[in-house]
Amino acid sequence: MSAVVQYAVQGLAAGSFYALAALGLAVIFGVLGVVNFAHGAFYMLGAVATAVLLDTLDLTLWWSLLVVPVLMFGFGVVVELLLVQWLLRLDPLYNLLLTFGLTLVLVELVKQRYGVSGLPYRLPGGLQGRVDLSGVVLPRYQLFVLLFSVAVCVLVWLVMTRTRIGMIVRAATEKPELARALGINVGRWVTPVFGFGVALAGLAGVLAAPFRAITAEMGNNFAIILFAVVVIGGLGSIVGAVVAGFLVGLVEAFGQAYAPTFAQILIFVLMALVILIRPAGLFGRQEATT
Amino acid sequence: MTQSVITQAPADGADVAVAASNPRLRWILLAAGLVAALALPWFVYPPVAMDIVALALFAIALDILLGYTGLLSFGHAAFWGSSAYVTGLIATHYGLPFPVAVIGGAVFAMILALPIGYVSVRRSGIYFAMVTLAFAQMVYFIGYQWSDLTGGENGLQGVPRSFFGIEAVETDSFYFYYAALPILLFGMWAAWRIVHSPFGRVLVSIRDNAPRARALGYEVDKYKAVAFVLSAGLTGLAGGVFAISHGFVALTELHWTTSGDVVLMTVLGGIGTLWGGIVGAFLTVMLADYLASSGFHGIDLITGSVFVLVVLLFRRGVWGTVRHQWNSRRRRRTTSGEGTGR
Repeated sequence: MSAVVQYAVQGLAAGSFYALAALGLAVIFGVLGVVNFAHGAFYMLGAVATAVLLDTLDLTLWWSLLVVPVLMFGFGVVVELLLVQWLLRLDPLYNLLLTFGLTLVLVELVKQRYGVSGLPYRLPGGLQGRVDLSGVVLPRYQLFVLLFSVAVCVLVWLVMTRTRIGMIVRAATEKPELARALGINVGRWVTPVFGFGVALAGLAGVLAAPFRAITAEMGNNFAIILFAVVVIGGLGSIVGAVVAGFLVGLVEAFGQAYAPTFAQILIFVLMALVILIRPAGLFGRQEATT
Repeated sequence: MTQSVITQAPADGADVAVAASNPRLRWILLAAGLVAALALPWFVYPPVAMDIVALALFAIALDILLGYTGLLSFGHAAFWGSSAYVTGLIATHYGLPFPVAVIGGAVFAMILALPIGYVSVRRSGIYFAMVTLAFAQMVYFIGYQWSDLTGGENGLQGVPRSFFGIEAVETDSFYFYYAALPILLFGMWAAWRIVHSPFGRVLVSIRDNAPRARALGYEVDKYKAVAFVLSAGLTGLAGGVFAISHGFVALTELHWTTSGDVVLMTVLGGIGTLWGGIVGAFLTVMLADYLASSGFHGIDLITGSVFVLVVLLFRRGVWGTVRHQWNSRRRRRTTSGEGTGR
């Protein structure tokens, strides 16, 4: 029993990274119609930045959680203005290819600068160790990651549903033509939304820094699993991205515990099943299957 | 937004017209291409020449989907790599002549493409790219985990090059090139036949307007799936020859970067042109060879930058640009005024 809870928490913590990053991916796709291949690279940059900030400026994780998303927001804005925006009117596949090329460049640059072996990272004292919750012993940091990312997801959800900005972004996501017809300047939101999505990927990277090996390659497989996550959740759906993120984290954790050989493969099998049974994803609008 | 198709954006209708209107020009091109293929190993180190032709077929096979069906497969490494492994295993364990092993690899790639294609064609556009990428990653993990068979990260080593006991072919890359070339040329011919057949015309109609093709009674998903399997088979031919040529199969052949590289070759050469795949493969391989010999590390930096620049500034690709210039010049000459506005 206690083992099952441990795997579940471990899975949900790993799922937090997917959920946060997939949320960013979903928002970008919703408003820009762009599938950002470089999302994994942005996640990697978030983790690398966290390690570098600790190393050079002695900024602990608490500061990184604040500073890195802001930096990544700025970087995302630059990428959008310099590259992505020129292809927005064309087939979305072009931006997929563009961000694929960008991924190769970013990964290679980090590899050249910081080498292929992982960067070290140590946790602040308050997050080390384990906690004992009536017999179930859990790493303190996993619990923190889980609670923190759920809080972020809830916060994003509140902003999306309770504020004017959120409503505009949602309208632009779901019915851009109608939003435009109602006098909303959808184009104004494109750049900040891209930056916001990139910041979420960076935030996932910060949280992953103490948890995973920080290497230039760490985002590659992550990006592909993210794609599976948003296909499972339904690409246009914000709730779907978060739920599927945690779901995939669970599948991965239990897979690694009970069938380590098939852990990675299980995620893609799940994706295939979802496509066969509900082509638009668990939370996607079912009429939009093509 | 997601309904549109990649080839519609860069090229106008006349450019994408499947039948080149000038048969004599086509024969001249074919003859020139054949001469170039035969002459290549005299000018380029033969194993590199083999890479160029194998990757050219790979890019052409991808173009059947990307250029003529409007589907961007971001997972073709699965077919390239799995055929390379199966070809390598057949050659290693049964000592059969390499063409037999290559055919075995290609058949395997087609069998693998059946379920992947069946599931993937249910989604189109951007979703298709993501789903094929994810499935290819699954195949990669299988190749990685099943190390008893594939050698895992060490790769499959010592693949023999058996060819009816003809020693020149078996030991000398120069003669091997000519022994393997017919397989690849056959693949290119098959690709040309596929896109110029009635079946190919249906694919183009699906690319341009899938709902209309469906309304006309074509089973769109079935056509897409068949195109997918055929493309995988041709990819398999190329991957098998590549494996025999190198005498070694690395796990990289299954990696997503391989899928990306071939997309770059196709886009760089020109989507929906077939010939573009050859140009793209030639340029990419020669560049990689040059960079490797000049001691430059970090080829991905160049590949990625080229990718970004081509997509931003040069979406027609090399062959697409040449053809566009040729077409618009001819149009201006024959019908003054009519076609110039485009």
